[in-house]
Amino acid sequence: MKIALFATCIVDAMYPQTARATVKILERLGHEVVFPSGQACCGQMHINSGYMDEALPVVTNHVEAFEAEAYDVAVAPSGSCVASVKHQHPVLAERCGDSALKARAEAVGAKTFELSQLLVDVLGVTDAAEQLGSHFPHKITYHPSCHGMRSLRLGDRQLDLLKSVGGIEVADLPEADQCCGFGGTFSMKNADVSSAMLEDKTNNVKSTGASLCSGGDASCLMHIGGGLSRTKSAATTLHFAEILASTLDEPVSVTGQVFVGKGGK
Amino acid sequence: MSNVFMGMPTLPVFGMGNLHIEEPFPAAAHRELGNTQMRANLRHATHTIRDKRLKVVAELPDWEELRDAGSATKNHVMANLPALLEEFEKNFTARGGTIHWARDAHEANKIVADLIREQGTTEVVKVKSMATQEIGLNEYLEERGISAFETDLAELIVQLGHDKPSHILVPAIHKNRTEVRDIFLKEMPNVDPDLTDEPRKLAMAARAHLRRKFLSAKVAVSGANFALADSGTLAVVESEGNGRMCLTLPETLITVMGIEKLLPGKEDLEVFMQLLPRSSTGERMNPYTSLWTGVTEGDGPQNVHLILLDNGRTAALADKYGRTALNCIRCSACMNVCPVYERTGGHAYGSTYPGPIGAILSPLLTGIKSEENSSLPYASSLCGACYDACPVKINIPEILVHLRGEDVDSKRGAKKLPSQMDLMMKGASWAFSSGKHLALLEKGLPLGKLAAGRDKKIKALPGIAAGWTQSRDMLAPPTQSFRDWWKKDHTPVAPTHKQEN
Amino acid sequence: MSAKEEILARITSALHDAPVPAPIPREYRKGSDMPRAELIELLVDRLEDYKAHVDVVEQEELPATIAERLRDAASYVVPHGIDEAWLADAALANDGRRRIDAPGAVLSVTDLDETGAVLTSSAVSIAESGTIVLDGTPSQGRRAISLVPDHHVCVVPVSSIVRLLPEALPRMDISRPLTWISGPSATSDIELERVEGVHGPRRLDVIIVKGL
Repeated sequence: MKIALFATCIVDAMYPQTARATVKILERLGHEVVFPSGQACCGQMHINSGYMDEALPVVTNHVEAFEAEAYDVAVAPSGSCVASVKHQHPVLAERCGDSALKARAEAVGAKTFELSQLLVDVLGVTDAAEQLGSHFPHKITYHPSCHGMRSLRLGDRQLDLLKSVGGIEVADLPEADQCCGFGGTFSMKNADVSSAMLEDKTNNVKSTGASLCSGGDASCLMHIGGGLSRTKSAATTLHFAEILASTLDEPVSVTGQVFVGKGGK
Repeated sequence: MSNVFMGMPTLPVFGMGNLHIEEPFPAAAHRELGNTQMRANLRHATHTIRDKRLKVVAELPDWEELRDAGSATKNHVMANLPALLEEFEKNFTARGGTIHWARDAHEANKIVADLIREQGTTEVVKVKSMATQEIGLNEYLEERGISAFETDLAELIVQLGHDKPSHILVPAIHKNRTEVRDIFLKEMPNVDPDLTDEPRKLAMAARAHLRRKFLSAKVAVSGANFALADSGTLAVVESEGNGRMCLTLPETLITVMGIEKLLPGKEDLEVFMQLLPRSSTGERMNPYTSLWTGVTEGDGPQNVHLILLDNGRTAALADKYGRTALNCIRCSACMNVCPVYERTGGHAYGSTYPGPIGAILSPLLTGIKSEENSSLPYASSLCGACYDACPVKINIPEILVHLRGEDVDSKRGAKKLPSQMDLMMKGASWAFSSGKHLALLEKGLPLGKLAAGRDKKIKALPGIAAGWTQSRDMLAPPTQSFRDWWKKDHTPVAPTHKQEN
Repeated sequence: MSAKEEILARITSALHDAPVPAPIPREYRKGSDMPRAELIELLVDRLEDYKAHVDVVEQEELPATIAERLRDAASYVVPHGIDEAWLADAALANDGRRRIDAPGAVLSVTDLDETGAVLTSSAVSIAESGTIVLDGTPSQGRRAISLVPDHHVCVVPVSSIVRLLPEALPRMDISRPLTWISGPSATSDIELERVEGVHGPRRLDVIIVKGL
């Protein structure tokens, strides 16, 4: 299968190791990964902040970039970016009065999957140890990000994949379904409320005794990780793609610094 | 039923009253967050109702089908509102009731005050009603020498405490039992000085206090949960029996209801009376529901009035992306699941309507430009819990985002200088509208390392980003973007677990 | 322009985009074939959950059960249309406790407030939610009599029990004043702790009668 990777802007710029892990998983399964080079960002920061005029070129660019390449399905290691592509792009196009763009956005959205959706629903991966060789001998906990949970209805796909990794121990996160408080520019505009939400989330993470909190959205993990770091917690955050990509031969390192992955050259 | 419209739409007429907030949400939230007692009360209360709701909703195998029916029914009502209102008026009037129409809060208040004066009384009993709170009826009456006694226990607590409601369903949710006892001891005439803080004792004190009022009141004022167009029937849903007292014993009953509360007919009650109690109190059914159709000879009030209130509802209806906010049945499920509401409480929202629904309804009713109401749509992390909980499936996150767009657009060109947020969004729009632009920007990212300490963490960001670093570190950027790695260093790994295509 | 004309004009203007709503899907449960015994069991479970007291009796046991439930009442009111046979128990005979509320001979609110209990029949009951509907017909009386006395004894004929609300509504005459009762009066306004009995009757006794 030919799979187009939508890296998302935050992963591309700040968490390249997450995208590299995504590529690794798909290539191990024998799929061809392509990277539409025109891609940049889904535009949800602009949309969610009310800057619709500024969002329009971003959305248009995404649609064009993913029309320019031939592929079977597109994938992104982010629930919220996929939710934006699938649900927000057509709404924005309609609001801006561009019905042609709306139809094109809907077509791109229909072919775009979140990583666990692609792995479970399309590629039939349900046992990461068996089917991907995943091995990660650490105690982790898991935060299901809001957009994956509520907009995409991912259910336990990410969690079940994590639980099927060799050597892993997954501790239940108390009040897992509660938002971490990131919310894009919400964390700046309503920083006090956001911080109060984050405090509860990081306390819950710490209460599990896990060495890290995994999840499927780099932005939420950056937020939770930033809170853990500020409160001098030994726990950190790591995207589930990196845990799935970790094997006995090529283990991902989780110690030494905040948010660390096997990044860099 | 057709609504043939000729000509240009007129400008929307916005609502007045307790819908306008005076302090921006972030400032009010900052203050409320510091109230640890309130936060503990709220956390306990919202979690308790949340769990109860989930339990009783799970009992119904057809919950989603009920939500679908409820949502579609409300959309139908809004699309056919003029015809349904006329039908309701005809039926209610035929049964001896009197209908009044009120364009805004002031007009509604005046109608109520005049009706009370006609009865020669200066005291009325009241059933909890969002509409009368919205229009500030109690204050209006008080200024004119009429005392309105709230009879719902929580409303009584709020009224005696000279406080404001903080929740649609449980207005005194921010008070714990000891605080309630202290209010009763201080403000309730003839109260037992040995009153304890046991909820049963407090409820009985309220019963004794209100009993004489109920038995002697000549006029009652209520709201309504539903109105059935095809029969002219009104419905009030309650728990304590204070509603039944007000709706049954006085000679005169004055009901104030928003025009959006209509349902086409009896059949719709079978949907909404399953959705509402389970969503609001987490009960299979509320203890009491009263339905009345105009006047019934020999049973209940013989002088029955209904005031149909606009007060900005038509303005909300004119917003095609926001109008489904009018579908709200005031169950309060959205606030009980909202992580923002749970931490700030209802007072931070500054309007009669708090929580997620308030964050959209208040600015829709007043216009986004009214005072500080433009800060309300930002009072959400867009987590979507409210949309999942809403029994009539109002897509609150989508409307929040729409209203943020209205806010940004309304300020375009109005400001002399762009805000930091404006500049950031303009810059990001350039960077994110092309892979080449983003690649260029990413080349500069490693410079971010200069801002980081030796532990590779950034602990203080400037300007609007300072809010981020108040409680979070920021990781220093990596030395190479994914895009750059892909271009220069990517070579496909050999399949180890090859799948068939 | 009158307020009515103006509001209707505003609505029409607001709907200038002529939204066409989707048809209303009614895929929810409309009917049920629950056997009678299970219906009774479900209703009892729900009512007891609300802290109502429930008796399930045969028709011939009804007078004695009513007498028992009213035993502690210093006085009680009945609507004029109540079945005389229900009051046939010797314990209720000529003891001066009974007051009859009838059109043209209504009890005052003060009288009702001084009356200990009320006995009524009921129109329809919904097992799934534990709801009893009174419709003001002569066996149930006007609304005030089942509201002001502190103790309500309510007879529910088994034939009037349905499982679902959608089954109950066709049995209700919507033009009558209706009172849906689900347990005694209650509040949860203080710390969400449920307290049974505020302004409405604090005690609700339900007698479900088989064969009726």
